[in-house]
Amino acid sequence: MSVLVIAEHDNQKLSTSTLSTITAATILASDVTLLIAGYDCSSVCESASRIAGVKKIITSDIGCFKVPLAEDLVALTQLIANDYTHILAPASTFGKNVIPRLAALLDVAAITDVILIENDNTFKRPIYAGNAIATVQSQDRVKVMTIRPTAFESAPTQDSPAPIQTLGYTSQNTLSEFIAIETHQSERPELTSAKIIISGGRGLQNAEQFKIIERLADRLHAAVGASRAAVDAGFVPNDYQVGQTGKVVAPDLYIAIGISGAIQHLAGIKDSKIIVAINKDPDAPIFEVADYGLVADFFAILPEFENVLTQLGY
Amino acid sequence: MKVLVAIKRVIDYHTKIRVKADGSGVETRNVKMAMNPFDEIALEAAIRLKEAGQASEVIVVSCGTSECQETLRAGLAMGADRAILIETSEELQPLAVAKLLNAVVNKESPQLVFLGKQAIDDDANQTGQMLAGLLNWAQGTFASNIIINNDKIEVEREVDGGLEKVSLKLPAIVTADLRLNEPRFPSLPNIMKAKQKPLEVISASSLNIDIKPRLTVLKIESPPIRKQGVKVNTINELFNKLHVTEKVL
Repeated sequence: MSVLVIAEHDNQKLSTSTLSTITAATILASDVTLLIAGYDCSSVCESASRIAGVKKIITSDIGCFKVPLAEDLVALTQLIANDYTHILAPASTFGKNVIPRLAALLDVAAITDVILIENDNTFKRPIYAGNAIATVQSQDRVKVMTIRPTAFESAPTQDSPAPIQTLGYTSQNTLSEFIAIETHQSERPELTSAKIIISGGRGLQNAEQFKIIERLADRLHAAVGASRAAVDAGFVPNDYQVGQTGKVVAPDLYIAIGISGAIQHLAGIKDSKIIVAINKDPDAPIFEVADYGLVADFFAILPEFENVLTQLGY
Repeated sequence: MKVLVAIKRVIDYHTKIRVKADGSGVETRNVKMAMNPFDEIALEAAIRLKEAGQASEVIVVSCGTSECQETLRAGLAMGADRAILIETSEELQPLAVAKLLNAVVNKESPQLVFLGKQAIDDDANQTGQMLAGLLNWAQGTFASNIIINNDKIEVEREVDGGLEKVSLKLPAIVTADLRLNEPRFPSLPNIMKAKQKPLEVISASSLNIDIKPRLTVLKIESPPIRKQGVKVNTINELFNKLHVTEKVL
């Protein structure tokens, strides 16, 4: 077995989802290679070389990979794909964009959102928004898959660095061009790796009142999430969305405020350790999955909520 | 400019699915079926291009059993001009669908192919990217906005970090995310008109394409059930549980 992990990073450091993907890779083989395509990304390579389980780093440090397009990244990966039995990427929008295109060009299946590795060809993945779990077996010569980051721990660091090898690549991509990215800078923890998440839904009523959620999150050192309804209503940007089509999260504590709990939202939070729901509708489906439910008008209990936070030292 | 839209027949979005006790799959007998919601968004995008004079014809394509004709008729009622069914009773996985669509694209030569970003049954999120790879076309996945500019399409993509803009040379593949548009409901006259629109059925076996499943599904099971939760009456009681009992705060 030899496993290639396609790294997601921002040219500064690896994403936490990549660290989880490396852990999944080490379950398959002791021989894990990390492909780091980026621009001016030597610091990523250096820190990544000290991730436990990584035996080799292959890097392409070229302008076209500053923000990698699938067309280029797949062409690059194809150069070395035949050396591996498994090719993995995180099940983020990055990995989901790249992995199926690669699989089709290798004429193999892609396996999305793997949550459990049974053996080198058998994997579990959620379907129907997590309402069923499929166990699938692949006979393809190379297994190409995305790994759900919340299902695997982050890989630890090691003392002796792995060697770094350069892979040459000349872009022949005339198909696509990166124009811009609009990101929402925040000091808060990332949703996909946060210990505490506080999420708001349509019950918050408007963008102004949603800011209360953000204020509470800052006191709790929590990440801020939202339901699709809150995003559609324009309370918060799209990258806050948690659910089947947004981000899948697994914090120790998930606090849902004013979220009714559509199955698409529940699909994204089921792996949270403790789910708390505050909603004034006693019949809201969110209460069916909540470990602790409080039927109340959030705005009415807010002063009390903040008092308790103060008492607890937040 | 011809636009092709791939649509999939899935269990209706509002239906609570039931996993079969023998682990062989999800119950689909006597269950309401509908067009995959993301494909509806993809189709709406194509119809809007036609209404704006940027597309000349909208073709809906589905792959599967003859029952998919019903889904294609729904697409025609929304406003597609004609429909193609690649008919097979075999189990179809994303790579097979991408290969079948590849054959249709080669025959029809559209400038743009829209798909939903994922189907809500298998949640694979693969077919569009696979088709782009097979065709060696550019791909704009998770689209939340599109602008056509001569021989290019600018796609705004919903990525984990925010919104990314890319420019793709046509022909290209675009997969629709939730906020691309809100699909229309077909009017009764359009539902009637759809019955007269052309629907071509092509047998998958006549295309000589290997559509055998690459993955063997060994088992479909229900997810672990979360333990029954409790209702608390006050904020103090809630935080006491979180702080003292659960130690998460």
